[in-house]
Amino acid sequence: MKFAFFPGCVSKGGCPELYQSVMEVYPRLGLELEEMTTASCTGAGVLQEKDRKLGDVLNARTFALAEQSGLPIMTICSTCQGVMSQANHRLTTDPPYLAAVNEILGEEGLTYRGTTQIRHFVWILLEELGEQGIRQRVRRPLTELRAAPFYGCYLQRPSEALGFQDQPERAKSLELIMSWLGLEVVDFPGKTRCCGFPLLTINEKNSLRMVASHTLDAKRHGADILVTPCPLCHLNLDGMQSSAARQEQADIDLPIWHLPQLLGLAMGMEPKQLGLTRHLVSTQRVLDKLGSAVA
Amino acid sequence: MITTFRIRRFNPETSPSMPYFQEYKLDTDRADTVLDALIHIRETLDESLTLRCSCRGAICGSCAMRINGHAALACKTKVQAMASERGIVQVEPMNNMPVIKDLVTDMAGFWEKVRQVQPWLQPAGQEPEAEYLASAESMNHLTGVMGCIMCGACVSDCAALEVDERFVGPAALAKAYRFVADPRDGAGRSRLLALNEPGGMWDCTRCMECIEVCPKGVGAMDRIMSLRGQGIQAEVPSTCGARHAEVFADLIYRKGRLDEPMLAVRTFGLRNLSRLLSLLPMVLRAFVRGKVPKTGPFHRAIPGLEKFRRLFQRMEERP
Repeated sequence: MKFAFFPGCVSKGGCPELYQSVMEVYPRLGLELEEMTTASCTGAGVLQEKDRKLGDVLNARTFALAEQSGLPIMTICSTCQGVMSQANHRLTTDPPYLAAVNEILGEEGLTYRGTTQIRHFVWILLEELGEQGIRQRVRRPLTELRAAPFYGCYLQRPSEALGFQDQPERAKSLELIMSWLGLEVVDFPGKTRCCGFPLLTINEKNSLRMVASHTLDAKRHGADILVTPCPLCHLNLDGMQSSAARQEQADIDLPIWHLPQLLGLAMGMEPKQLGLTRHLVSTQRVLDKLGSAVA
Repeated sequence: MITTFRIRRFNPETSPSMPYFQEYKLDTDRADTVLDALIHIRETLDESLTLRCSCRGAICGSCAMRINGHAALACKTKVQAMASERGIVQVEPMNNMPVIKDLVTDMAGFWEKVRQVQPWLQPAGQEPEAEYLASAESMNHLTGVMGCIMCGACVSDCAALEVDERFVGPAALAKAYRFVADPRDGAGRSRLLALNEPGGMWDCTRCMECIEVCPKGVGAMDRIMSLRGQGIQAEVPSTCGARHAEVFADLIYRKGRLDEPMLAVRTFGLRNLSRLLSLLPMVLRAFVRGKVPKTGPFHRAIPGLEKFRRLFQRMEERP
């Protein structure tokens, strides 16, 4: 299984431990990755506020590059996945629009035929490795851990662009994979809500309220950790958690893990190898709970 | 199929007036909607169950409520599509608005916010001799947003309203777009100026809940993003949100990818030095934790940047 790997800006910037953990786990999953070094930022929905078509052209360029190599794209960021899925949906369901975009891409010698698949790492785990493929790689079932999933908006909505009609299990992909890793999945209403990151620069107070609301809710439901497939959610839920706790006068202290870190730990890797020491909310208490399993 | 309806009940006249869930079992048919079932429950099992409905055809918007945690029109939602493996459907009143009784909410605040955006045409200039004319194309573009039935589903599931009730909300903003984008309206700039204020178009968190739950495909969030774009174009006073979008675009042009430290510095900059400095403790903690990529804090440009820039420029020349 070979993929054109689109790491996204944040896994190579503000959340380097995500990139690190993916690099550690992918060879052991039997995946082959060819990193797309010439691909651009997706626009993250922000560029699209200024000019949606510009965003679609930049994404079509990335899809055309993958199409040339004959590989499906693998993302590791919910936001990248969502923005690219939406752009691809617009391009592939509107032939005149695709033609107009191709006219612009033609100036760089590129054409997009509309055949590139764009899949998040989580979906690849679900659809390519499946339950058997994951379970057979687990060396340390994380049975002592109670973990709550946190999807982020862009891996849940809009469901049509994300292909939920054809692949309905994508809507609960995190829960399935987490259960295959042996841990107890904690369900809570906030798992598909917004982490508040898009509001951070515009309305910090509201953004921090969202951080506090979801993390406290997950804790109330008994979670030891929150697991996310989105580095932007991680930036807000981990990086801004202490500010959120201060603002809302609450004691939170809930570690936020990237899914590949959880996977790596269950596959027998060491916490440091997976970047678990690089979080702002310490993961130590949880690692202590797992005791000798990760010593 | 026997279905269990788990309904959130609330009666302000009882004491203590606390909401609670009550379950009803009903034999449902393949064709039954949630509204059919609720009416059946009221008629045969519990006449005290209070709900609001009218057209039963997804036109009036009266029966919006939360079904399995998300807003929907009960008359448009099939029971069997919502029933869990154990045959349970959970029904609650809409969120982000006060509950009057059981599944009925008070929508006065909703209408107040719609009124706030002045939802009527305000033509400028001399009155024409005959009608105000608009091209078919411009009106076709507005068909989707004019299809809004004001059911409140988008407001119910709005994540920004959940944390700040002052936010004008997706329904009112979509309605505002309907007039800003109408070629017959002459108040576009003043509308955009009003929407540029706190609680306006920049307070949407782009979570797409409104897009997902809208029973009519209005696409409120997309309209809000268009309003932001029009605000930037109209050069309404620069807000953090507008600067964020402008700087974001410029950074992609310069490097092909995002440069987070520069994004923060240029978005806040000297205009809001205190806000920029408030991020310093978090940045320092990240640095101490080694949360810095191997290449250093600033991203390198993508290979082939010149070609990429030409594409970018071409787009700006020929939108």
